Amino acid sequence: MSDYERHSYDVVVVGAGGAGLRAAIAAHEAGAKTAVICKSLLGKAHTVMAEGGIAAAMGNVYSDDNWKVHFRDTMRGGKLLNHWRMAELHAKEAPERVWELEQWGALFDRTPEGLISQRDFGGHRYARLAHVGDRTGLEMIRTLQQRTVELGVDVFMECTVTHLLKDRERVSGAFGYWRESGRFVVFDAPSIVLATGGIGKSWKVTSNSWEYTGDGLALALRAGASLINMEFVQFHPTGMVWPPSVRGILVTESVRGDGGVLRNSEGQRFMYNYIPEFFKAETSDSEAEGDRWYTDKTNNRRPAELLPRDEVARAINNEIKEGRGSPHGGVFLDIASRRTPEFIQKRLPSMYHQFKELADVDITKEPMEIGPTCHYVMGGVEVDPDSAGSKVPGLYAAGEVAGGMHGANRLGGNSLGDLLVFGKRAGEYAAEYAAGLGRDRPEIAEPDVEAASSVALAPFASDGGENPYTVHQALQEVMQDLVGIIRNEAELTSAIEKVGELEERISRVSVEGHRQYNPGWHLAIDLHNMLLVSESVAKAALERTESRGGHTRDDYPMTDYDFWGKRNLIVELGGDGHATIRQQPLPEPPPELAALLEEQH
Amino acid sequence: MTYDLKMQIWRGDSSGGGLVDFTVPVEDGEVVLDAVHHVQALRAGDLSVRWNCKAGKCGSCSAEINGKPRLMCMSRLSEYPQDEVITITPMRAFPVIRDLVTDVSFNYVKAAQVPSFSPSAEQPQAPFRMQQVDVERSQEFRKCIECFLCQNTCHVIRDHEDNKEAFSGPRFFIRYAELEMHPNDGLDRRRLVQDERGLGMCNITKCCTEVCPEHIKITDNAIIPMKERVVDVKYDPVRFLGRRKGAKKA
Repeated sequence: MSDYERHSYDVVVVGAGGAGLRAAIAAHEAGAKTAVICKSLLGKAHTVMAEGGIAAAMGNVYSDDNWKVHFRDTMRGGKLLNHWRMAELHAKEAPERVWELEQWGALFDRTPEGLISQRDFGGHRYARLAHVGDRTGLEMIRTLQQRTVELGVDVFMECTVTHLLKDRERVSGAFGYWRESGRFVVFDAPSIVLATGGIGKSWKVTSNSWEYTGDGLALALRAGASLINMEFVQFHPTGMVWPPSVRGILVTESVRGDGGVLRNSEGQRFMYNYIPEFFKAETSDSEAEGDRWYTDKTNNRRPAELLPRDEVARAINNEIKEGRGSPHGGVFLDIASRRTPEFIQKRLPSMYHQFKELADVDITKEPMEIGPTCHYVMGGVEVDPDSAGSKVPGLYAAGEVAGGMHGANRLGGNSLGDLLVFGKRAGEYAAEYAAGLGRDRPEIAEPDVEAASSVALAPFASDGGENPYTVHQALQEVMQDLVGIIRNEAELTSAIEKVGELEERISRVSVEGHRQYNPGWHLAIDLHNMLLVSESVAKAALERTESRGGHTRDDYPMTDYDFWGKRNLIVELGGDGHATIRQQPLPEPPPELAALLEEQH
Repeated sequence: MTYDLKMQIWRGDSSGGGLVDFTVPVEDGEVVLDAVHHVQALRAGDLSVRWNCKAGKCGSCSAEINGKPRLMCMSRLSEYPQDEVITITPMRAFPVIRDLVTDVSFNYVKAAQVPSFSPSAEQPQAPFRMQQVDVERSQEFRKCIECFLCQNTCHVIRDHEDNKEAFSGPRFFIRYAELEMHPNDGLDRRRLVQDERGLGMCNITKCCTEVCPEHIKITDNAIIPMKERVVDVKYDPVRFLGRRKGAKKA
């Protein structure tokens, strides 16, 4: 075969977003020889798009806040399907992780007392999100990036991992290619941390970038790990809807956290018609009470616009379906009539900029048009909560690629905290595992490298086959139309069939040109991952015959607490290379934590 | 409304290349990056281009559109007459890898040379107490999305390859300014930025400020104040004696 470059590390982190960089820092600080590999340039990962903030019960704005309230909010927001231990660790450790960023140079917005300011977000009892205007993700990634560089961790930029390698049951390394040259590279490493993010690029309307092709999920499945909760996909309620080229681009929840409201074409604040029983006790029942809550949280309850994202996305979907949408097929998000232009520009500078430059809309003067957009996958690699380890020895996962933390629905602000808390844990445990091996390190088998390289080169083998861009669009249409916000048996069954047909088309994809920086080739390789992940989502969604969080079935509209409330769905790779589904009991929280879930606030 | 857009895109690699004509159908409201994606999907599947967020937040899709350094995702087609040919070329200050993709490793080398944030002796351990008004100056510079358009446009290096060794460029002058103005940083980098990072080579023509997609006032708020602070440290005998920060704040 063609020659390839070879490197040896203790820990290789795949992905350089918040979780990957935090994992790399932790592994390096634990003494492991560490590398980070990323598909893009350093600092461009999807974390950069996170806007609102990092949820952490520091209590800087409301001293009543603490980890227990955060734990409760997270579990209830996840419709109680979260792994309780992950929610507990996250709520307890997030404040330390935020202060650590400040220690490394992050500059968060401040309270009048000079502490880190915290803002309101959907599903959170108290103002809890540490933030920098509406560009918190950028601050976070830049801080972690600068720390990574300062520590001298090796970074392999524009390098894509296509295969994990194993020595019997253990991970032994990774195989990939340099995007710039198309040359292959092999990493010997007993510990691999997957931090590859999500899967949104399989949908047509998405807030996700080209990188979000589910690589880590597919790598994990093929390596023998399991996935959990894959039926739960978050459609963020507020994506841009016009002009067409920006359809799906995120409009931060901070707009609502800072006072913005949703209206239909009749000018109604329709969210007050959609308060579910589950959240009645903690949601205001009038607009006036909701408005008072921004300044007095003790005597008032949250506005209905700040219900968890799944509730808001479904409500918007319904308003549009029933003919009360905006001219371009969304609804109106109005902050102009509620806050001063100065306040809006100060708190939401990137939103102001984004609408002004891309849609000719001045959000200080007129409402935005928004609609749901595929944003986040709650499901992911099934991991041990404390160590972030998958069931494959040496394989870890943290951040969006891992599952369990968010249950059926993620609260805004809990993603950035998740990246930090579990990124650090994954890095530490991966380093510890590698160190514990001593001389008993797994070895890479040469035939596996040969096999990986021929799979990667397959798209060059033929001429005149399918165009990878065309097949990608076809997949996006299937997932958008048949595995969207509202699902049913007939559509999911049809989706699984169509994904099967696409598999055949993908095997016939051919690409033009050569191996140097060839996006058509890169897409052809990523398509295999998108397909396997799409199949996993559709099959899990078909199996779960209830509605809960980011999974709504119009043929099973009720939440089933007795049966499905006690079960997770696990995806594994069957012998035929396809996803198989099985049920697994939901871990139950210990009594003292279970008691917190019942508490009313 | 759909119309046919005529484009010329530079294609080639380090050994050379030239402009190639493409015509693709585009829609109202689209941006230049959309048009480039149409070219990839319909005409040239192997056209090399960097992009990620498509919302002006990641700074990946920098290029020169009709000779002007810009982000392709923030350049709306409606800014250009429909019958006009749009020309897209890679950033000129960096070596071409392929098509619109350039080798920007220069910036990562300069980034690694920056002595990082180092908390002051007064507040060595977070959580820190800092006032909003004091963090705001540095926050402006931390808006930087590292698109490197300022680096690309800076005439000190745009046409003078030999200056690159001694010159960090505007992106890193705002990084030094950010640290200098951080209310709880305890290191003094003023001599370093002047003597070894080339601050003195900048003659404040503001080209960098003009191309910044984040509208950071690079020259007025970072470079000029840094030049003033450098004068303080270099020619003030009292400050010269005590090099650590603390008394230096303007």
